[in-house]
Amino acid sequence: MPQNYIPIFIFIAVVGILIPITLLAAKLVRPDNPNRAKLSPYECGVDPIGASRGRYTVRYYIVAILFVVFDVETIFLFPWAVKFKALGMFGLIEMLIFLAILVVGYVWVWQKGALDWV
Amino acid sequence: MGGAQYFTGTDYLLSLPIILLTLFALGILLIDLMIPRELKWVNAATAFVGVLFAAGGLVRIQLAQAELMLQGERVEWAFMHSMIMDHFAIYFSYLFLAGAAIAILMSVRYLEIEHEHHGEFYSLILFSVVGMMVMASGFDIVLIFIGLELMAISTYVLVGFLRSDKRSNEAALKYLLLGAFSSGIFAYGLSLFYGLTGSTNLVNIGIGVQRELTARHNHASPILVVALLTTCVGLFFKIAAIPFHQWLPDAYEGAPTSVTGFMSVAVKAAAWAMLLRILIWGLYPMRKVYLPLLIFVSIVTMTGANLAALTQNNLKRLLAYSSIAHVGYMLLGLVAFASVDYPDAAMTDGLKGILLYLLVYTFMNLGAFAVVTSLRQRDVIGDEIDDIAGLFSRAPTEAVLMLIFLLSLAGIPPLAGFYGKYFIFLSLMESGHYVLASLAVLYAVFGLYYYMRIANAMFMREATDKTRLPISVAMKFALGVSAVATVYIGIFPERFIKLVTWSAGL
Repeated sequence: MPQNYIPIFIFIAVVGILIPITLLAAKLVRPDNPNRAKLSPYECGVDPIGASRGRYTVRYYIVAILFVVFDVETIFLFPWAVKFKALGMFGLIEMLIFLAILVVGYVWVWQKGALDWV
Repeated sequence: MGGAQYFTGTDYLLSLPIILLTLFALGILLIDLMIPRELKWVNAATAFVGVLFAAGGLVRIQLAQAELMLQGERVEWAFMHSMIMDHFAIYFSYLFLAGAAIAILMSVRYLEIEHEHHGEFYSLILFSVVGMMVMASGFDIVLIFIGLELMAISTYVLVGFLRSDKRSNEAALKYLLLGAFSSGIFAYGLSLFYGLTGSTNLVNIGIGVQRELTARHNHASPILVVALLTTCVGLFFKIAAIPFHQWLPDAYEGAPTSVTGFMSVAVKAAAWAMLLRILIWGLYPMRKVYLPLLIFVSIVTMTGANLAALTQNNLKRLLAYSSIAHVGYMLLGLVAFASVDYPDAAMTDGLKGILLYLLVYTFMNLGAFAVVTSLRQRDVIGDEIDDIAGLFSRAPTEAVLMLIFLLSLAGIPPLAGFYGKYFIFLSLMESGHYVLASLAVLYAVFGLYYYMRIANAMFMREATDKTRLPISVAMKFALGVSAVATVYIGIFPERFIKLVTWSAGL
């Protein structure tokens, strides 16, 4: 029903009006006193070193992908663990099949050397 | 212990081909780790056996269904009505397996020449076929979407399989970005349908949409139109209809040639299975709403693709645009389907036309790509039209077979391609779309011109490289199967017309 969306549009309108007003008010009220230390990018308190578009090794991507894969696996394991009793033997066997498929992937990744950091 | 029975034996029986293919794909991954570099063809053999086993699984399903039919029991639904193994799904599954089998045969020598012969290639092909089967047999939009993503992700990797080739990498990245983008739009449309009807099952979505339409005197509400539009945009992206086709020529050009062949038939057929499932089985009540959209897209697709194909000098790009043009013709069958009411001959002929078109297209297009694949030699990339020049003097049999495939693609009787077009044009006439039919015939003539450009190069021009073209046994087999199917379907079409009538459940 379209009328259910009215609160959302009110929110959008409020956000659209409120943010410019607060920014403008802050601009008018605050003292304006920039200096070099204040304008430099924040990097844990020390002076920034090097360009922000630094290059890093492509291996991080492999680690990231592997992390995501085995992280998602845990997400699927969790609801099964919660409902373990209700699902019974059926759930256990289905989960073992699921894990077996992942183990094949794990063995493959291992043998391909994706886990070695050299 | 609750002892609850969640899935029954029928569920596992009906998903047998999918289970078998998954097992074979996983097996190839493990076997590949153990065998030395010279024995990589074992992976191809394993994958081929896997495809045969999956086909056996399909036969097993058919036998079981026939047996239970005698007892008056229809066994099609599986996994709590989220999957259906009806004739339509079985037909498409066979089609995917045929496409995969021929692509595997084409790949063995090609990958060796490219120095990229890895087991993962065959594993990915099987995984993508699993995704396709899920797309064809899924009756729940979530399941269909998972199948689509499984197929698409496997194909992204296959497109970028030539790791040292810049074009291949570029193609994979473009395909990935546009594919992910279109999947997002598609998922958005499906989520709107879920929001409107409260169900992810296509049956309930159809009922919900019908109720919505009846409540508003057959006028679609704006939100329903938005849902339909976004879903259709996603579907048109996947079948690569203009104006959502930009990814296709680049992806086809950069991909390994055997993968291009596989994509142009199996991936396309899977996208069509999904489109037909959603637009015909699910959104049947909305067919009058999407009819103008279909007419527009089919006209633009035929016009754009045929004009663009005229000027291509790269064989893979030319065949890519020709495959877009064929999508335009197939959409006309859906136009005929959507413009009439149930007991009308145009409806059945339109659907039959699309299914038959996909069948003949599988063989003639894979055949053409097989010839292009065999042009790849140690020092020749072999995908320009100049590379096929003088093929008749280098490999006479291949040149004649290529001519057969090209004539069939152009739709010349008595070859298979003619019957695909015949039923589509017939259904257009029956549903009264005379202008569209004459336009389609006009563009078929355009098609003849650019197909004959290749034939001209093969027969009339001198070869730059006069050595004979070496062709592997597997490739000969792939070419033979495609050629026999193309000629056989053209000369004896009755059996195949019966087959598609059966598969459409008519």
